[in-house]
Amino acid sequence: MKLSRVGIYAILIVAAMFFLFPIYLLVVTSLKSLPAIYSTSSWSLPTSIDWSGFVMAWRGLKQGFINSFEFTIPAVIFSVFFGSLGGFALTKIKFRGANMVFLFILFGMFLPYQVVLIPLVKFMASVHLYGSIWSLILTHTAYGIPITTLIFRNFYSSVPMSLIEAGKVDGANVWQIYTKIMIPISIPGIVVAVIWQFTNIWNNFLFGLTLGSMPDIRPVTVMLNNLKGSMISQWNTLMAGALLTALPTIIVYLIMGKYFVKGLLGGAVKG
Amino acid sequence: MSNVILKHVWKVYDGKVEAVKDANLIINDKEFAVLVGPSGCGKTTTLRMIAGLEEITKGTVEIGGKIVNDVEPKDRDIAMVFQNYALYPHMTVYQNMSFGLRLRKFPKAEIDKRVKEASRILGIENLLERKPKQLSGGQRQRVALGRAIVRDPKVFLFDEPLSNLDAKLRVQMRSELKKLHLRLNATMVYVTHDQVEAMTMADKIVVIKDGIIQQIDSPFNLYHYPKNTFVAGFIGSPSMNFLDASVVGKDDGLWIKLKNDIMLKVPKIYEEELVDYKGKDIVFGIRPEDIYDKMFAVAAKSENTVSVSVDILEPLGNQTILHAKVGEDLVVASIDPKTEAEVGQKIDLVFDMSMMRAFDVETQQAIITKEKLEHGLNESKSARVSGNNGSSKK
Repeated sequence: MKLSRVGIYAILIVAAMFFLFPIYLLVVTSLKSLPAIYSTSSWSLPTSIDWSGFVMAWRGLKQGFINSFEFTIPAVIFSVFFGSLGGFALTKIKFRGANMVFLFILFGMFLPYQVVLIPLVKFMASVHLYGSIWSLILTHTAYGIPITTLIFRNFYSSVPMSLIEAGKVDGANVWQIYTKIMIPISIPGIVVAVIWQFTNIWNNFLFGLTLGSMPDIRPVTVMLNNLKGSMISQWNTLMAGALLTALPTIIVYLIMGKYFVKGLLGGAVKG
Repeated sequence: MSNVILKHVWKVYDGKVEAVKDANLIINDKEFAVLVGPSGCGKTTTLRMIAGLEEITKGTVEIGGKIVNDVEPKDRDIAMVFQNYALYPHMTVYQNMSFGLRLRKFPKAEIDKRVKEASRILGIENLLERKPKQLSGGQRQRVALGRAIVRDPKVFLFDEPLSNLDAKLRVQMRSELKKLHLRLNATMVYVTHDQVEAMTMADKIVVIKDGIIQQIDSPFNLYHYPKNTFVAGFIGSPSMNFLDASVVGKDDGLWIKLKNDIMLKVPKIYEEELVDYKGKDIVFGIRPEDIYDKMFAVAAKSENTVSVSVDILEPLGNQTILHAKVGEDLVVASIDPKTEAEVGQKIDLVFDMSMMRAFDVETQQAIITKEKLEHGLNESKSARVSGNNGSSKK
C-alpha cells in the first residue's frame, strides 16, 4: 500500500472515531446500571451488562412508538406519492407556468417550522383536527411535498421524453404512463425520497410537541424528552431511549439502501 | 386506405418561430416516403405532427381520409420508432413489444401470436425474455421495430431510426427496413438527414429546408431533375458543382462562359430555355459523375474539354474523387480510378454538357425543364452506348 493511501485511511479512521464517539457513549451508558454510571468514568466500558435502562425506556416509550408509526408511515406514503406526481407533471406534462408553480412549491422548503406553529395549531383547531393523528399526518405531508417534488423532478428530468411519447403512441393515457412506465423506473428516486422523509418525520420534534400534546398521539421524540426526570436524570434510561428511538430510521436505511441501485434506466435509450 | 395528407400545415412556436411553413404533402397508401433535409429544417416536427405528438398550428393532417388534428396519438392508428429507441427499461423484450396490445386489451393468445410473428420476422426470438440493457444497439433497434410491427398500424413513422447505429449495421438495417416495407405492405413515413438513406429506401422523397418543402419526387427524379440549387446540392454525394457563369451567344449557338473565359458549348436542346439568359449570369451546375478524365471519356466532345490543375485526389477504389481548380473555381469530379492524374499536375477533363444544369441566379430555380433534361439524359446515354469502346464508367 502506498504511503498516501495509509495517510488517507488514517484520516478516515480518525474522522470515523470522532463521529462514532457520541454513539459509543450512548451504548456504554445505556448498558450500565444507575449506580455504576455515577461511580465510574463516562468513557469506561460497563463491568456488568445491565438491561434495566432499556426496560425502563421501553416502558416509557412504547405508546410513543405506536403513535409515531401511525403518522409517520401514512405521511411518508402521501408525501412521496404527491411528490412523484408533482415531479411527473412538472417535467413530463408541458403546461404553462410549470416553472412558476415549481418555484412556489420550493418556497415551502424555506419556510421555517417555527413561523407556522401558531397559525397551524389554530387552523387544525378550526377544522376540528386538533388532537387527531390526522393533524400530524397532514402537516408532515404538506411539509414533505416540496422536497419530494424536488427529488422526483430532478429524477424524472433524466427520463427521456421519448419514453413518454412511446407510451402515448402505444395507447397509454396519462395515468397509465405514470403508473406503468414512470413509477416502475423511479425505484431509486422513491428510495431516496422514502429514506429522507422517514428520517425527517420520525425525528421531528416541534410539530409533535405542538400538535401532539395528547398522550394517544404523542410522538416518540416528545416522549423521549419527557423521560428526563425533573429532579434526577436516569442516564441509562435516557441513553437506551435515545438508542431505541434512533433504531427505526437506521433499519429503514439498511433495508431500503439495498434497493438503492443505480442504472435502472439502462437500455431504455441509446446509452 | 391509409394515406397521409398534409394540407397547408404550419407549425409556429410561441407565435414567432416558424418550424414548418405551409406544408402540402400527399403520401399514398403503401408508400415509403422519406422526409429529408439538414438538421433543424422541420422534418421531425412534420413527422411529430403526423404522430400527434406536436400540435398543428394551422392546416390539416389527414390519415386514411380522416382529419386527425384533434385525435390523440393513440387513436390515430400509427406506430412510431424513435431515434433513441425509447424502450421501456423495466420490461422484457416481450413485454415491450406487447405493451401496446395489452393496453388495447387484446386477447392473450392474439398478443402471443403477434409478438412471436414479429420477433420471427426480425430474428429476435431468442431475446424475448431479456431486458433492454442486455441488448446491443442493433438488437434494441429491432425490438423498437417489433414494438411497431405487432400493432399492425395504418402508418409507420420513423424518426431517424438508424442514426445511432454504426455504419455497417446501418447499411444492413437499411435493406432490412426496405424488405420489411415490401413484406408488411404498409404506409411508412421516414425522417432522416442522410440523403443516402433517403435515396436507397424511398418511393417518394420530400426535401425540406428551413421549414419549407423544396421538392417532392422519386429518388431518380430528384437526382436528375432537381427543381432548385438546394435540392441539386443536397441530393448526391459528392454534391453537384455550382459555378458562376454567363450565357454567351455565338454564331454556332449558345455557350456557357465560366470565369477565366473558359467556354462550354450548350447542347442544342437546352438553347430554347437558355436563350432568354443570353448575356446574363446564371448558376451552372454539373455533377461530379458527369465530368470525365479525357483518357477515359467516351464520346468526348473536344469543345467541352477543360484543362485543370489537380488539387486533391481521393481514391475510393471504385472511383477517384478529384478536386481541381478551373480558373478560380473549384470543381469536384468523380473519375475513373485508373486515372493517371497526379496532384499538382494538369489534366484534361471533359464536361458532359448534355447533363448540365442551369439555375437562375436570383431565384435559384432550375431554368431547363424536366422534359428537356430527359432528352439530355437520353442523349448522354446513347452517346455512351455508341461510343462504348471498352472503357466503362458507372
